[in-house]
Amino acid sequence: MNRHLLSIHDVSAQEIVRILDTAESFREVGTRVIKKVPALRGRTVVNLFYENSTRTRISFELAAKRLSADVINFSTSGSSVSKGESLKDTALTLQAMGADAIVIRHSSSGAPLTLTRWVKGSVLNAGDGTHEHPTQALLDLYTMRDRLGRLEGLRVAIVGDVLHSRVGRSLSFALVKMGAEVMLVGPPTLIPPDAPAWGVQVSHDIDAVLPGLDVCYMLRVQRERQRQQYVPSVREYARRFGLSRERAGMLPDDALVMHPGPMNRGVEIDSDVADMPRAVIEEQVTNGIAVRMSLLYLLLAGSGPRAAGGSAEEAGAVRLPEEVATGA
Amino acid sequence: MPEPVLFRGARVVDPASGTDEVADVLADGGTIAPSSGADATVFDCDGLVLAPGLVDLHAHLRQPGREDKETVESGCRAAALGGFTAVCPMANTDPVADNAAVIHEVLELARVAGTCDVFPVGAITRGLGGEEMAELGEMVDAGVRLFSDDGRCVPSARMLRNALTYVRAFEGVVIAEHCEDASLAEGGQMHEGLTSSSLGLAAQPREAEEVVVARDLAVARLTGGRLHLCHLSSAGSVEMVRRAKAEGLGVTAEVTPHHLVFSEEDLLTYDTNMKMNPPLRAGRDRGELRAALADGTIDAIATDHAPHAVEEKEAEFDQAPFGTIGLETALAAVLTHLVEPGELTLSRAIEALSTAPARILGAGDHGGPIEPGRPANLVVFDPSAEWVVEPPFASRSRNSAFLGRRLRGRVVHTMLRGELVVADGKAQR
Repeated sequence: MNRHLLSIHDVSAQEIVRILDTAESFREVGTRVIKKVPALRGRTVVNLFYENSTRTRISFELAAKRLSADVINFSTSGSSVSKGESLKDTALTLQAMGADAIVIRHSSSGAPLTLTRWVKGSVLNAGDGTHEHPTQALLDLYTMRDRLGRLEGLRVAIVGDVLHSRVGRSLSFALVKMGAEVMLVGPPTLIPPDAPAWGVQVSHDIDAVLPGLDVCYMLRVQRERQRQQYVPSVREYARRFGLSRERAGMLPDDALVMHPGPMNRGVEIDSDVADMPRAVIEEQVTNGIAVRMSLLYLLLAGSGPRAAGGSAEEAGAVRLPEEVATGA
Repeated sequence: MPEPVLFRGARVVDPASGTDEVADVLADGGTIAPSSGADATVFDCDGLVLAPGLVDLHAHLRQPGREDKETVESGCRAAALGGFTAVCPMANTDPVADNAAVIHEVLELARVAGTCDVFPVGAITRGLGGEEMAELGEMVDAGVRLFSDDGRCVPSARMLRNALTYVRAFEGVVIAEHCEDASLAEGGQMHEGLTSSSLGLAAQPREAEEVVVARDLAVARLTGGRLHLCHLSSAGSVEMVRRAKAEGLGVTAEVTPHHLVFSEEDLLTYDTNMKMNPPLRAGRDRGELRAALADGTIDAIATDHAPHAVEEKEAEFDQAPFGTIGLETALAAVLTHLVEPGELTLSRAIEALSTAPARILGAGDHGGPIEPGRPANLVVFDPSAEWVVEPPFASRSRNSAFLGRRLRGRVVHTMLRGELVVADGKAQR
């Protein structure tokens, strides 16, 4: 593994399998009464969130805490950043305080890569602008593999505003890497013009696509796109691309409905559809913690302790996934 | 009066007279003198090239307003070290150079600096606002030869029509356009293509430039006015200019060294020093720009020297300002990436860096020919000297797209009206 996870391009197909397998062994931890293992005891994980994202931050926070890391939440409102501190100075400050990993969410594409210039620890991209959201893609892969038993050959439609979606991009890259067949579905204004170069197919007709799918992945539609005239109205979008009950009925029986959240019920997905058994949206959330535990573990545990001391436990921690897997 | 100086045995490349031969050049009393004087200071120029001083049609010297980034003095020193004897600072200062008072101020600052001739560019519209025509005649009287709302284009075809028509009253005065359709380019951080897609950056298509080039050429045809197109970046723009010239329109065009050297792929690490406007485009565009420069469709090389503060560039990509400095690297970049590989003759390179821009500007003292009686505005450079681009720069800023790159070609002497403003690679003021 690279020291950082900035993009799906940073991990190979083999490494993705390893990340998902390790997550598998960590998922059990979440079912225990005491949901904690000592794998990252004494390590410091900073959640540096320049954009509000309660669910992603909580997921990373729980993941780090279940690995016994110390977690600092640095949100930018009410902090030095709101007083005009630059990303560089914030990074140097966190570096000086000995952060082992920085989980960054930022509205600017590329901010996580820029951050790596100034910090020694690992940087995990928790979503940057319209670039990537690799941990979301990995937890989605985990959920698909868990429910359908494989990734290779899966037929997955990603429906919605792929042009502006970091989730849609990371998921496309990851699925293509794992040998799945990806179809981007949406109005032409919201499909990246160079999508064919990603190794994916494009359709503007959701009804034609649904019957052949294993997974129908709905992206959140932002009302801003109507203001920017990408679509005439949210209403027309919902009529043409929303996953209604009728449309959900066109899916094969065992096909999954997925959504990265937060949902606009009644826009890209009908409320009834979101609550169907085939909709695995809460499972995605649960699995997200295990996948983020896996990533923090793989990025940090192998790198050795930053400070001296605790070496016996550290050594124990390195063996931990196997122990977890065997229910130890 | 400047002391007599003899450059002995230089390869004299002077496109204005068609000269390319080893010769001695004597400067005495501010002008080129006919024969070698006995009491001249002699510089041995074996292996060096002597050419007319370079002329930059497009620079940002930031004064008045952003003296932390550049001043007329620091910018002129950077220009002289880069081999330039004339430079045109753009009007987007604070206050904007949209009136004769600001033009006089810049000219006075340049006179005091004394290292490079300065031809301030005046704004076409008040405050660069695109709404009301600035007092162009007043600025012409103050010495302006070139008008531009650089940073944006004149938004309405009607305003452009009036400006191009109005300046026909003034001999040789040129309207220069930064061609960019604001609505197509809006929010665009880089060129729209595979690289922007992989970086997830909002992007601007080359058509943002091309639709305005098309409009401007049509308006130039309508008015018969003198139009100059700044820093072309797209293959399609080049093709339109080629056709317009064949048709006989009074249009000229420039290209920057960075558009000739780099492409969109150089942004893959979100390097903000590679963020400029117009953006670096595809390899195909770069190829067409090079070919158009070689065949004369693009007349001149201009730096678009755009100094920015370190803390502004050391930021998230979409928050960093556009631009790279270029005065100190332009000649070496062209020599290294175009002349050495054989894509451009040395004579054409000098023509594009000196003779052609001097002609566009109507700067009769610059651009050669290097003949007795002519003002001694000269550059002497070592085409084989290798160096790595790194701070310190004479510019107050260091946002160079060439940072860390190895270039060949170094300015040895720059002479302004017979005075050595750079000698042995060192600024003399």
